[in-house]
Amino acid sequence: MLRIPCPYCGSTRDEDEFTYGGPFDRIRPADPQQLDDDAWATYLFTRENPRGPSLERWRHTYGCRQWFGIERDTVTHALVRVFGLSEVVRTAKMATASSGDLHEAA
Amino acid sequence: MENYSLWSLAKHALTRHRHWTPAWHSREPKSRYDVVIIGAGGQGLATAYYLARNHGITNVAVLEKGWLGGGNTGRNTTAIRSNYFYRESTNFFERSLQLYEGLSKELNYNIMLSQHGTLTLAHSPHQMDGLERWSNSIQLQGIDAEMFDLAQVREFMPLLDTSRSARFPILGGFVQRRGGVARHDAVAWGYARGADNLGVDIIQNCEVTGLRQSGNRIKGVETKTGFIEADKVVIAVAGHSSVMAKMAGISLPITSMPLQAMVSEPVKPALDGMVVSPMVHAYISQSDRGEILIGGRADSYPSYGQRGTLPALEETVSAALNLFPTFSRLKMMRQWAGIVDISPDTSPILGKTPVTALYISTGWGTGGFKAIPVGGETLAYTVANDRPHPLIEPFGMDRFVTGRFVNEAAAAGVEH
Repeated sequence: MLRIPCPYCGSTRDEDEFTYGGPFDRIRPADPQQLDDDAWATYLFTRENPRGPSLERWRHTYGCRQWFGIERDTVTHALVRVFGLSEVVRTAKMATASSGDLHEAA
Repeated sequence: MENYSLWSLAKHALTRHRHWTPAWHSREPKSRYDVVIIGAGGQGLATAYYLARNHGITNVAVLEKGWLGGGNTGRNTTAIRSNYFYRESTNFFERSLQLYEGLSKELNYNIMLSQHGTLTLAHSPHQMDGLERWSNSIQLQGIDAEMFDLAQVREFMPLLDTSRSARFPILGGFVQRRGGVARHDAVAWGYARGADNLGVDIIQNCEVTGLRQSGNRIKGVETKTGFIEADKVVIAVAGHSSVMAKMAGISLPITSMPLQAMVSEPVKPALDGMVVSPMVHAYISQSDRGEILIGGRADSYPSYGQRGTLPALEETVSAALNLFPTFSRLKMMRQWAGIVDISPDTSPILGKTPVTALYISTGWGTGGFKAIPVGGETLAYTVANDRPHPLIEPFGMDRFVTGRFVNEAAAAGVEH
């Protein structure tokens, strides 16, 4: 059971109140029309799926409903840090992803 | 290999069973193999077995970082069925079920296959319509499926709460009578014994730490004990597929999720077959040892820690009690989790990779156990001929680029 300190409403709550929202560093390509099928499929389906520290987006669904980020170890489940979305710069790991600012679903 | 029979049992009884020979041997790795298979789970061992048996390729090693069958092969809920929706899947899983039906004889190893039927429940008229459509599709493909009304459900599984006062009253369901369960350890051990007998080296406690490539061709694997050269390499490491594929520079469309299961204390035979409820989200059967075996949904966030979290466990237990209120006083004995590879369309990814002579078996999601025989058979064919077996052509990695999915997200009957 994760106990997550929400950076917005400030209380530490059980994981049931939160929703995992996918990897943090997944950025929608600015102009998808320009991508070929390979690049578009990479954006849509390929996952980093890291073993160890992982940057993720979460939402306090049954609380303040705000989105925020967590760096979580996927082996030990330790929360390395919890942060607001503006605190950490998102990087596009794929060459084809430009710095769009839309948060996509997992 | 010592043949197991009533005669050999009687013979060994005379010497008080002190002289049984090992089912397989512990080998030291050679410096070179024709094929190296990473992962001694069901899929890896079955691939090794069929490589040797069907294709005469016996210079094969199966490398395992822990112990044989200690990953998802030993952690699943042992369900075997072929009631999928699309033709691609039914062809594939039906072949697996047929192989399972002959497997104890084929391997001379009792896998304890018990075909008492898989019952899928509906709790609303819409779900009944859904099951009609699903079971019709299966029947049109020549596979057994049968709709049940409430009275038939009651007769099939009397312990189910079929009253109107249930939290989610049951309206009916459909059954695949050839579905059932088998002992998962025995499947791994049987294939290991069969492969070992045909000359395959099974090497446990040998973790692969890297994949060596030259250009775009695989050259071998780095292990804790040194480099092993190989003409061809197979990755069959469910749960850790992304980590292993990354060693070859391949990124997969896979997310690693924990899937939990649990068993109760053993009780007298109470359930025939297996029941799945898509709505209350549990699948339940009784093992040959008498334990009530319960599985449910995957956890809600990715993990490589083989434990599982409390909320998913709690939901699964409450779902089980919705179906079987009489189980409320059973004591739970063990709970565990396996890390499953979830692919975008929840179908397996099987066959060649972008790296020459590197093959992969992944994306088994929550249902790899039922596909062990066919996964091994088709992947062995693919490795031996360097082209996909016709049954697994639809399950190549390229389907995510072409958009030709085999979307079986609903086929487990439960949400992923």
